[in-house]
Amino acid sequence: MTAPVPFVQSMHDAALQGRLPGSGLAWLDTARAEALQAFVARGLPEQRNELWKYTSLRALAQKTYAAGDAQASSRAVDAALLPAPALQEPRAVFVNGVFRADLSQIDALPVGVTVQSLAAALREAPEPLRFLLDKRADDDDDGFTLLNRALAADGLILKVAPGVEVRDPLHIVHVGVATEAAAAFHLRSLVEVGEGARLRIVEHHLGAAQTGHLTNIVRDFGVHENAHLDWTVVQQAGADATLLRRSKVRLHDDAALNLHALELGGKLVRHEIRAELAGARSHLESRGAFVLHDRQHADMEVLVTHRGRDSVSNAVWRGVAGDRARGVVHGRILVQPGADGADGSFYNKNLLLSPDAEIDTRPALEIYADEVKANHGATVGQLDENVLFYLRSRGVPLEIARRILVRAFCSVALDGMEPMPLREHCEVLLAEQLPEASA
Amino acid sequence: MLKIENLHARVAGKEILKGLSLEVKPGEVHAIMGPNGAGKSTLGNVLAGRSGYEVTQGSVTFDGRNLLDLEPEARAAAGVFLAFQYPVEIPGVNNTYFLRAALNAQRKARGEAELDSVQFLKLVREKVKEMGMTPELLNRAVNEGFSGGEKKRNEVFQMALLEPRLAILDETDSGLDIDALKQVAAGVNALRSPERAFLVITHYQRLLDYIVPDFVHVLADGRIVESGDAQLARELEAHGYAWVRERTPAEAHA
Repeated sequence: MTAPVPFVQSMHDAALQGRLPGSGLAWLDTARAEALQAFVARGLPEQRNELWKYTSLRALAQKTYAAGDAQASSRAVDAALLPAPALQEPRAVFVNGVFRADLSQIDALPVGVTVQSLAAALREAPEPLRFLLDKRADDDDDGFTLLNRALAADGLILKVAPGVEVRDPLHIVHVGVATEAAAAFHLRSLVEVGEGARLRIVEHHLGAAQTGHLTNIVRDFGVHENAHLDWTVVQQAGADATLLRRSKVRLHDDAALNLHALELGGKLVRHEIRAELAGARSHLESRGAFVLHDRQHADMEVLVTHRGRDSVSNAVWRGVAGDRARGVVHGRILVQPGADGADGSFYNKNLLLSPDAEIDTRPALEIYADEVKANHGATVGQLDENVLFYLRSRGVPLEIARRILVRAFCSVALDGMEPMPLREHCEVLLAEQLPEASA
Repeated sequence: MLKIENLHARVAGKEILKGLSLEVKPGEVHAIMGPNGAGKSTLGNVLAGRSGYEVTQGSVTFDGRNLLDLEPEARAAAGVFLAFQYPVEIPGVNNTYFLRAALNAQRKARGEAELDSVQFLKLVREKVKEMGMTPELLNRAVNEGFSGGEKKRNEVFQMALLEPRLAILDETDSGLDIDALKQVAAGVNALRSPERAFLVITHYQRLLDYIVPDFVHVLADGRIVESGDAQLARELEAHGYAWVRERTPAEAHA
C-alpha cells in the first residue's frame, strides 16, 4: 500500500464527519457512500486521462481541506462585494458553498419560475431529485464528479415552466470568504428550462484574495423544445481559489443555448462543458475568454456532441497568458450517427504575453454522420509587432498599446452578450485584468 | 527641423542606407524618389523608429534633438508622423477610440491637457468635414476591411487629426487609382502649412503632379545621388532611374 494521498484522505474524513442535507434517506446515503468509495478507489484525475492531459493535480493532491464552512450561513458579506448588475436584479447568492436566502433576491421572479437551494429541496421534497443524485459511478465520472456526488451539501434547483419568458437575468453569485482553514465546497445544481421558455442567467464567482478554498460544482442544464437559455459566466474567484466545474447541457429540438464566459480569477480553474445537441435543429453558441497572470492555471474543456439532425454549434474562444500562467483549451466536436446536416465549428486563438507562459490548445473533430459541416482552428501566438509599431507610431505608449490589443483580442468573446450593462461590466473587468493599469 | 547626416542603416545585417544626408526646413515638401530597393521605405521606418532597423553611423536630429534616441511614441509626440505604405488592420479596436488614445497620449507626453470625449468628438467632426472623410469608417475597427484607398485616406485623416510637424508619406500612392490618388493628395495639400514639413516617398512621379514638391531627391543604393526641384521628377519620369545613374556614376559609387 502506498501512503494515502492527503487530498483524498481529507475528503474521506470530511465525509465521515459532516452530516449532509438529506442524510438518513436510504437511497441517498447509499449513493453517497458508493460515490465516496469510488472516489477513494479512483483518486484524483491523472494526466493520462485525455481530458486532464495538461492539468496536473500533483500540487492539489498534497493539500487538505476542511469539510465546508460551519459558519457559512451567517458570515457577513459586504454588499459592495456583489457585482453591480446583480444588485438591481434577481439573484441567488451562495457564500462558502451555502445558499443565503438573506442575501438573495428571488421574490420578483415571474410565476412559473421556481428557485430552491439543494439543501432545502433535500429537506422538503427529495424524491424529485432522485434521478439526479441516485447514480452509480460510470465512465463519464472523474474524481471530482464522484466527490461531488458523495459530498454535495447545497446547490441551486432552478426550473422555468413551459412558455414562461423570464425577462430579467437571474444572477447566481458564488462568494468565497476567508475562514480559519481552507475548505472545500461541493455544489450540485439543476437548471430546467421548459418547452418554449426563455431564461437568462449570469453566474458570478467572487472571492477574497486569500481563502484557499476549493469549489467543486456539478450541474445539469436541460433546455427543452424551443426553449432558449442565455448563460453568462463571469469568473473572478479569489487569487488562490481552486474552482472545478462540470456542466452538462442537453438541448432538445429547436432549443438554443447562448454561452459567454469570462474567466479572470482563481489559481486553478477548470470548466468542463459537455453539451449534447440531442434535438433536431438545436443550437449552441459559445464564446469565452480567459486572461491569466502569475501562476494561474485555467482549463476550458468544451465538449460538444451533435445527435440531432441539423444541429448547429459554434464556438469562439480566446486565451491570454502572461507571467508563468498556463492555459488549456480543448474543443471537441463529436457528430454522432444520425446527426445528418449537423454544422459545428470551434475556433480558438491564444496570446502569450511572456516567454514563461504556456497555452495548450487542442481542437478535435470526430464525425460519424453524413452531410456534416465541421470546422476548427487553433493558434497560439504573440502580439503582432507591426500592429504594436503602428499604435506606437501614432503616439500610444508601448504598454498602453499592448493593453489595447489584448483587450481587443478578448472582446470578440463578448460579442453578442446581452444586456448592454452586463457587457459593459465585463468590458471593465477585462480592462482591469490587463497588466499596466494606467490607460 | 530635420537634419540627417551621413546616415547608415542595416536591416537583417544588410546595409541599406549608405551615407544619406538631407535637411528639411519647416514648410518644405521634399520628395524622395528612387528605384525599388534603393532604401526609400527604410528611411521612413528609421525615422519613425521601427524595430529591426539598425543605425550604424550618422545622425538624425529633429528640432535639435537626437531623434534616434527616442521611442516611436516619443517621436510621434515630438511631431513625427509616418503614413504607412501598408496600414495595418487592428480588429476589435474602434477607429475613434484608437484616434483618441493616440491624440491624448501625445498631448499627455507634451504636457497638454487631454481631450474629454465631447471635445474629442467635436474635433473629429471638424476634421471629417475638412478632409471629406467617410464618417462611417470612424465607427469601424481600424482599417479592418477597408479598401486600399480607404486605408490610405485613413492615414491622411489621422495625420490631419494628430497635426504632426513632420509628415512622412511612405508610398502613399501605391495601389491607388487616379481618383483615390487625387483625394489623398488633396488631403495632404490641405495640411500644407509654413510650420509643417513633408517627406513624400514615392516610386512614381504621378503623385507629385498633385502634391507639388519644393525639392526632389533621387535615392539610389542607399544615398541621395541627385537633388533638384519638381522638374527633376518629370525628367525622371521621362528618362527612368537609369538616366540618373549614368549621369552621376562617380557619386553613386563613391
